Order: sequence, then structure tokens, then C-alpha cells
Amino acid sequence: MITCADAVRQLWDYLDGVVEESERALVEEHLAFCRRCCGELEFAEELRAFLAAHVDDELPPDVRTRLTSTLDELGGAA
Amino acid sequence: MREHARTDSQAASGERFRALAERELARLYGLARRLVGEEAEDVVQECLLRAYRSFPRLESEAAGRTWLTSILVNCCRDHWRARARRVEIVELEGVDEFSLFRKIADEDPFPYSDSVHLDFLHQFDADDVRAILASLPELYRVPLVLVHMAGYQVKEVAFELGVPLGTMLARLHRGRKLFERELWSYAERHELLKEGARP
Repeated sequence: MITCADAVRQLWDYLDGVVEESERALVEEHLAFCRRCCGELEFAEELRAFLAAHVDDELPPDVRTRLTSTLDELGGAA
Repeated sequence: MREHARTDSQAASGERFRALAERELARLYGLARRLVGEEAEDVVQECLLRAYRSFPRLESEAAGRTWLTSILVNCCRDHWRARARRVEIVELEGVDEFSLFRKIADEDPFPYSDSVHLDFLHQFDADDVRAILASLPELYRVPLVLVHMAGYQVKEVAFELGVPLGTMLARLHRGRKLFERELWSYAERHELLKEGARP
């Protein structure tokens, strides 16, 4: 049985599906009885969602104007 | 006659490129801001130039989004190479074992909350996240941004950056742990660890 420290070390990789099959089984065995590590797992999922939710695609108007000018110049070169 | 046909074809290609680039501009700029910070606009300009030149070789325009992202990442790589490398010092001791989940549970910053972990995350806005990412060394920030914010697979990032998969997995793991630790430090420094710190 792996320790909580070992399980925590592997949780993100477990979520990414990049742990070996044997390691995956050990993590799942640990999660089956450790409520705290289940909380860790849920929080890791929250953190992933948190990062994905902070993809800020805001383009300031002045930057848009300059980048669009670049596209205008490229269009003129066609 | 043949000359006219070629010109029409070039004009159509130019219009298709422009439509693709305009659709993706905001996303490319947002990604570049996370990868190179304040120099994002220069990197996106370079990306547009390179993409325009190689657009005729793009086999499927359905892959245009991924193709542009790949060019942007290459521009970022060149940017990092060309720039005198800053020495980035970061304390790594204990970071691989750091658990933000446990830190929040142990410190219990919002004792009246039923969802203390989520409440903790809700303290951060987009500017905070951008500042925290910018504070991470490039080595760890780049895989974190590409995998968790740009939707790349780890093996794709490893391929794009020319790094073995195992090395990239290790950098991603450490990047996530550094991000967790920096979230806590940032919250402490900016006094976000109290009820009502943010409306």
C-alpha cells in the first residue's frame, strides 16, 4: 500500500492518465480507503478547472488595431 | 490569363488566411501573454508573419487553430533563445510534496465556510492568475500553460519543445506544485486569506 505522500505526488499524473497501469492500481487502492486523498483528488480537479477557466482571451483595442494593421500589410503584399 | 488566375488564387488564399488569423487573434495574444508576458504583441506579430508565409503549405484549414498555436510556440522559443537568459531563482526544496489542499485545510483561512477550498480559489481574479504564472520560472510555466490553458497533450508539448516525454512530465509536475505553492504565498502577501477580502 502506498503512503499519502506517494499518492499526492501522483494525483495530477493520475488525472492526466499518464501513470503506469500498476501505479494507477496502487493510487486507486489508496483512494479507496483514504478520504483525505480523495479530497486531494477532487481539489486537483478543481485546480485544473480553475486554470482552464482563467484563459483570458481579452485583446486590448490598441493591440487589436496594431495586429490588424499587420494583417492589412500582409494582405497588400499578396 | 494564367497570370490572372494565379493572382486570384493568391488573393483568395490571403483572404482565407486573414479570416483564420482574425478569428484566432485574441486567443493567440492571451496565450502569448502567459508565455512571454509583456512582449506578447511582438511575438504575435512574428507569428502572423511566419504563418502568412507558410499558409499555402497548410494542408487542411480545419487544423488552422492548432497550426497557428504551433507557430506561436516556435516564435516564443526563438524569443527565449534570443533574449539574454535571466537567472531565475526559485526555492524548490519540498515543492514536490507541497499540497495546497492540505495547507488550506490546516490553516483554515475561512473558518465559517462550508467549502473552504473553493472559497480560497474564488479569491483570485484573472490578473492574479497572470501575475502568479509570470512569477514561475519559464521552464515550468510553459508546460503548465500549454497543457492546462491551451489544451495541448503532454506528449505534444514535449514534441514541440524538443524535450523527452519523461522530462516534460517532471517539469509539468513541478510546475503544478510551484503554482499551488505560489497561489498560497500570493494570497498571504495580498491579504486574500480573510473573509470578505474580495467582494
